[in-house]
Amino acid sequence: MAAHLSYGRVNLNVLREAVRRELREFLDKCAGSKAIVWDEYLTGPFGLIAQYSLLKEHEVEKMFTLKGSRLPAADVKNIIFFVRPRLELMDVIAENVLSEDRRGPARDFHILFVPRRSLLCEQRLKDLGVLGSFIHREEYSLDLIPFDGDLLSMESEGAFKECYLEGDQTSLYHAAKGLMTLQALYGTIPQIFGKGECARQVANMMIRMKREFTGSQNSIFPVFDNLLLLDRNVDLLTPLATQLTYEGLIDEIYGIQNSYVKLPPEKFAPKKQGEGGKDLPTEAKKLQLNSAEELYAEIRDKNFNAVGSVLSKKAKIISAAFEERHNAKTVGEIKQFVSQLPHMQAARGSLANHTSIAELIKDVTTSEDFFDKLTVEQEFMSGIDTDKVNNYIEDCIAQKHPLIKVLRLVCLQSVCNSGLKQKVLDYYKREILQTYGYEHILTLYNLEKAGLLKPQTGGRNNYPTIRKTLRLWMDDVNEQNPTDISYVYSGYAPLSVRLAQLLSRPGWRSIEEVLRILPGPHFEERQPLPTGLQKKRQPGENRVTLIFFLGGVTFAEIAALRFLSQLEDGGTEYVIATTKLMNGSSWIEALMERPS
Amino acid sequence: MNRTKGDEEEYWNSSKFKAFTFDDEDDELSQLKESKRAVNSLRDFVDDDDDDDLERVSWSGEPVGSRTRPGSFQSLSDALSDTPAKSYAPELGRPKGEYRDYSNEWSPSDTVRRLRKGKVCSLERFRSLQDKLQLLEEAVSMHDGNVITAVLIFLKRTLSKEILFRELEVRQVALRHFIHFLKEIGDQKLLLDLFRFLDRTEELALSQYREHLNIQDPEKRKEFLKTCIGLPFSAEDSAHIQDHYTLLERQIIIEANDRHLESAGQTEIFRKHPRKASILNMPLVTTLFYSCFYHYTEPEGTFSSPINLKKTFKIPDKQYVLTALAARAKLRAWHDVDALFTTKNWLGYTKKRAPIGFHRVVEILHKNSAPVQILQEYVNLVEDVDTKLNLATKFKCHDVVIDTCRDLKDRQQLLAYRSKVDKGSAEEEKIDTILSSSQIRWKN
Repeated sequence: MAAHLSYGRVNLNVLREAVRRELREFLDKCAGSKAIVWDEYLTGPFGLIAQYSLLKEHEVEKMFTLKGSRLPAADVKNIIFFVRPRLELMDVIAENVLSEDRRGPARDFHILFVPRRSLLCEQRLKDLGVLGSFIHREEYSLDLIPFDGDLLSMESEGAFKECYLEGDQTSLYHAAKGLMTLQALYGTIPQIFGKGECARQVANMMIRMKREFTGSQNSIFPVFDNLLLLDRNVDLLTPLATQLTYEGLIDEIYGIQNSYVKLPPEKFAPKKQGEGGKDLPTEAKKLQLNSAEELYAEIRDKNFNAVGSVLSKKAKIISAAFEERHNAKTVGEIKQFVSQLPHMQAARGSLANHTSIAELIKDVTTSEDFFDKLTVEQEFMSGIDTDKVNNYIEDCIAQKHPLIKVLRLVCLQSVCNSGLKQKVLDYYKREILQTYGYEHILTLYNLEKAGLLKPQTGGRNNYPTIRKTLRLWMDDVNEQNPTDISYVYSGYAPLSVRLAQLLSRPGWRSIEEVLRILPGPHFEERQPLPTGLQKKRQPGENRVTLIFFLGGVTFAEIAALRFLSQLEDGGTEYVIATTKLMNGSSWIEALMERPS
Repeated sequence: MNRTKGDEEEYWNSSKFKAFTFDDEDDELSQLKESKRAVNSLRDFVDDDDDDDLERVSWSGEPVGSRTRPGSFQSLSDALSDTPAKSYAPELGRPKGEYRDYSNEWSPSDTVRRLRKGKVCSLERFRSLQDKLQLLEEAVSMHDGNVITAVLIFLKRTLSKEILFRELEVRQVALRHFIHFLKEIGDQKLLLDLFRFLDRTEELALSQYREHLNIQDPEKRKEFLKTCIGLPFSAEDSAHIQDHYTLLERQIIIEANDRHLESAGQTEIFRKHPRKASILNMPLVTTLFYSCFYHYTEPEGTFSSPINLKKTFKIPDKQYVLTALAARAKLRAWHDVDALFTTKNWLGYTKKRAPIGFHRVVEILHKNSAPVQILQEYVNLVEDVDTKLNLATKFKCHDVVIDTCRDLKDRQQLLAYRSKVDKGSAEEEKIDTILSSSQIRWKN
């Protein structure tokens, strides 16, 4: 079903199976036929762990989207609401329950909170007079969802804002719980490293949870050697820059949601003879993107400039393979050829799709504006002209480019200058408010609070020190055959990944000075193992590090970590976990204020 | 359901555990406590038994939306009207025998632990301030936001505002959760009181200002914004808030006036270019564009005139010219465009000047599909020769390209350009004439 989850060093199918089992058990509790009413946000993440067939096996006959007024008719015994614990959803549920037709056959209501029951929500249901209508009220702790063989995400869109703006630790608690679940399945992680306030908190929670857990000894042989907890606010820079890997660009331009992407259909029109281009499909083309697709696994993490040559090479191989049919003379040879056909056709379909996607992306990356934007970003990151008003940003505002694009650039400039000069900041602020509306003063305040856009204090710019010590800017970058992680941004090496790299070799002691400049404490904890479980590493065997990004991670950072995992003499393989897969735009968007 | 498990729960919950006191760390019972903890937290991860069902009753508490019940936090007696007997009534067929659990002496620590597992616990028993604060501290030390919020709801209801604020001030984690919670339930009044108490003036101001987003009626929104002007913003932001108010005030006047003009059908501009949307709540620059589009020639004294907007909001020259240019170009009012860049010096000579640079002027004109003659005029004004040549080539201003090549004495480029113009066109002829001229000393 999800074989790609078991390709990596750590078999994440074990986790997927565990959460599937939990889901089945809940469904079986509600005996008889059922309908599920979905909080729409959840269908994406759920799709990664269970197909409709699983639900059907457990007597789920109908599925609806949660919306107001009366529930659609369904001849079932149970109605189950699958929801996030959010107050506004409780109001909708109450409306559904209250408008239930009393004359119809009685139906049992249940509610499944994902990932957690909420006393606040149950209180709201009680106030609305419907709490008693639910037979089962349970939680489904889907904390970490396996996305790929080396990737886990909580898909909690509000996590960054909660942690760094509101100071609400709820999502950190979930992160810690998710880590405890992982340890229950994959063994205790002997060493924990961390950098940042939130990292410290999560480590504390884990240690506490483990203490409460002492009744039973975890007897599983540890799969992970290390855990590295990283705060997003230790590296605010990386997500702001435009990702230049294939997958990163797909995400920047079209947005990848729960491993699916929706693309403009024109390029995917089936080429049939005699139809002369009429009846172009109007519905977006939806594709799933993960390592289950061989070709995608090969190109996803490459710099986009290196993708074209791979695609054309593949095209040659595939057409050569199809040509083989002319050489098949004997019945045996023909049989052999035919048996390979399905695989070849799948490869051809996959190639066609990615050629189309690459064309779509190329249209964007070759545009003048994309080039101008990239030039400005790279200037900022390499430390050029970060202390004055930038012409290109000014032009973007004057031409009313999307506000998020403008904010990303202004924030990038601010971060690369350890804050903007007051005069420069005031100028940008004024231009933005006058052009996009005064109400964005609220958004600007949020960005300031998150440290993304701020006045320079103490008149000191620390960025050059950080850049030089961590070698964040590499002039001689090889996009085709990379030798350094900086290829993912065509020159800029993501700070977060550099920290991980330096931790594994030669260790953080070498960069104490920079660690002190970056926000939050850095620390190391050990979780002692019973002697029987201590690992004896074979010579040449890589360590496995679980790296957890608290507040989100980008596809380019993931690509950089995969690059490190694959290095011959790297010594470390990474499994990546995060609160949310994100990019600069979705990040800024989550920080914007909207009417409530 | 697993019978043994149920019995075990019963055992832990009702008999031995009752005797346990919180401070007796060395007591043998503390070991029991440890292992009970272990058993319980184990259940968090591995136990999938459904005996939880039996435990589930309503969680007691009062309505959280104090918007509908202002001042619901006044007193304990108020809280007690929600009597335990009533709120502990089992809802889901819980065996009667379990009732007695709830009269038991759960310590704050155990109460929090139960809450954390989603079980029902009465908080009402905790009456002294000390108990309540201990409850809060236990919850905070668990880091579980859900439980912290539950305890905060209880404290909000049973403590006076002054005491609650005072205690939260010295407990930053709880305080932050409380602020988040108030935002979530929309208890704006208490939130503002809290910021005032904490002397967090900027947050107070922004939080109040934020409310305007939820006011739809323009008059009411305007009145609300007026009350925001005096709020303790930073000096810079204060000016923006004042501008926000003034802008909406203007927009309301302009909107009423223009809607009237448009429906009367007497004004040419509205007949030819019906308005696509109301101007209410649009940003300043959009409003300026609108005013340059519909009210360009009005005298400075009217609220809707562009010059009046420029002065009132201190719009910089650059911004003004850019916006006016876009508006007039859209109307193809080339004369206005021309006037925008014409300055007279004291001798009366006219000169062309563009604070935004003529390359930008050309781009904007092209975007508004200006005819080549017009474009050409402005391309010629671009100072940098390379930029000029690029723009001229891009926008097919043949004359400019040809003349520039001639001036640069660049024969090769001119030759190359010849292949780009139409065969037999006037441009081709012009190029040929120049190429055959003996007057020019070509550099290549």
